Amino acid sequence: MKNSLFTYTLRIADDSLILGQRLSEWCGHGPIIEEDIALTNIALDLIGQATSLLEYAAQVEGKGRNADDLAFLRFENQYFNTQLVEQKNGDFAVTMVRQWIFDTFRLPFYEALQHSADKQLAAIAEKSLKETKYHWKHSSEWIIRMGDGTEESAKRVNDALQLLWKFSDELFFMDDVDRELMSQGIAIDLESLRPAFNERIQFVLQQATLQLPDSKWKLNGGRVGRHTEHFGHLLAEMQYMQRAYPNMEW
Amino acid sequence: MKEHNLADLEAAFNEKLKQDIRIEPKDWMPDAYRKTLIRQISQHAHSEIVGMLPEGNWITRAPNLRRKAVLLAKVQDEAGHGQYLYSAMETLGASREESIDDMHTGKAKYSSIFNYPTLTWADMGAVGWLVDGAAIMNQVPLCRTSYGPYARAMVRICKEESFHQRQGYEIMCTLMKGSEEQKAMAQDALNRFWWPALMMFGPSDADSTHTQQSIDWKIKRHTNDELRQMFVDATVPQAELIGLTIPDKDLKWNEERGHYDFGEINWDEFWQVVSGNGPCNAERIATRLKAKEDGMWVREAAMAHAEKKKAKKAS
Repeated sequence: MKNSLFTYTLRIADDSLILGQRLSEWCGHGPIIEEDIALTNIALDLIGQATSLLEYAAQVEGKGRNADDLAFLRFENQYFNTQLVEQKNGDFAVTMVRQWIFDTFRLPFYEALQHSADKQLAAIAEKSLKETKYHWKHSSEWIIRMGDGTEESAKRVNDALQLLWKFSDELFFMDDVDRELMSQGIAIDLESLRPAFNERIQFVLQQATLQLPDSKWKLNGGRVGRHTEHFGHLLAEMQYMQRAYPNMEW
Repeated sequence: MKEHNLADLEAAFNEKLKQDIRIEPKDWMPDAYRKTLIRQISQHAHSEIVGMLPEGNWITRAPNLRRKAVLLAKVQDEAGHGQYLYSAMETLGASREESIDDMHTGKAKYSSIFNYPTLTWADMGAVGWLVDGAAIMNQVPLCRTSYGPYARAMVRICKEESFHQRQGYEIMCTLMKGSEEQKAMAQDALNRFWWPALMMFGPSDADSTHTQQSIDWKIKRHTNDELRQMFVDATVPQAELIGLTIPDKDLKWNEERGHYDFGEINWDEFWQVVSGNGPCNAERIATRLKAKEDGMWVREAAMAHAEKKKAKKAS
């Protein structure tokens, strides 16, 4: 149970950490100042969520590691984020579609997790839910603006959807870790979130005059530590200081 | 406008300055006063925006979660400062868009300090401590500047800048309590940023073309050299306290003056960087220009969508 709770918490934490890391690459490069502020703000929320979750994971593990050790000193296959969140920023459409798919999942996920039997996870979910509502509103509005904007923006957001939709299914990945914790009322049955997820996706796509890709092919692997080629580069950058100067206070 | 009316308006304007009553957007003001403010506020706004880049350079490599969050928050504050400074500038009838274009062509300036590269993590300490520290020296008196919207923007900005300055100094303190590598990293950052930080106060009073008029208009309250001296006096003891050495062999406490004497700034370097030949000038402008160009379709989409929505509502 301890191992499962550790892995379960890391999976949530790593999604926030890696997406926060990706978004922070935008800093100073946004299309308008207001977006620079918004993207930085979302990154900040996600890094904050990751910190709370990693602190808890470290406590569950009980081996003397802290949140920073977990964030910066694991090897590639020890990170359990979905492949979706590690995808490169691309243009603004790719960043926003990635964000929107993630937010649309996170919203019902945190709604459910705030009632988890694990009080710590429930508390983190409750706090994160407030942030996620704002993130979802923000990313949804951009999908609509881009989809129902100009010819160019519609093409770009459609291309982004083609590129990223195949990663969406992994958000619903479940294995023995989930099943063990579900029996104790800790983990969420992710299948039960699908109707809410699909409904929200369609609600936005309709206003954006967009459609999901035809291909039903799905990719996954991140939840068990198998990542895409981009991920090693992201880690090389993120871990640079901790790897180059081990065991120091900053 | 009749001549005697103009004279009346000018007299009323001067009377307000004399009584320290703020000039507001709808008040009459001399054209030159307006132009000076537009130049100064836009420079300040551009500095906030370009200033995001050298620090943004280290967000993805911040050494731990806390530092990453703090740095993100700091850079976000800077974007916010840029935003309300542009708003203050717009109250003078200037266009944000045109002003940003002027920066991209080099016609409008931003603080030269951001044309220096951030090479190590310690630079995040040095930038916060020295650059935000110098900015505060410049900006605190601007909270009492004669133009209302600018003064009010500065009150908010100064609060955040002083927080940033403390965070930067705290990074330096942590490094100086750390390993030999960390201490060397901190000293190296100070060595590289000390002189550019002193240059942030602008040319010496003898060479400053704008200072006297700005002081008469109560836009500025102190001369460049006065502010520079205040900064040196405040910063040297902070360096000594944590064991850092200021890279100036002429630096010496002058008992008689009650101030530190310090060496001569390399004015050739100053003017070269101002005129575009610093280590990162071209890169910074290219980055901002690319953000603008890459973002063009996004802004167009937002406008097109807003138009469609409006049309739908009307029909």
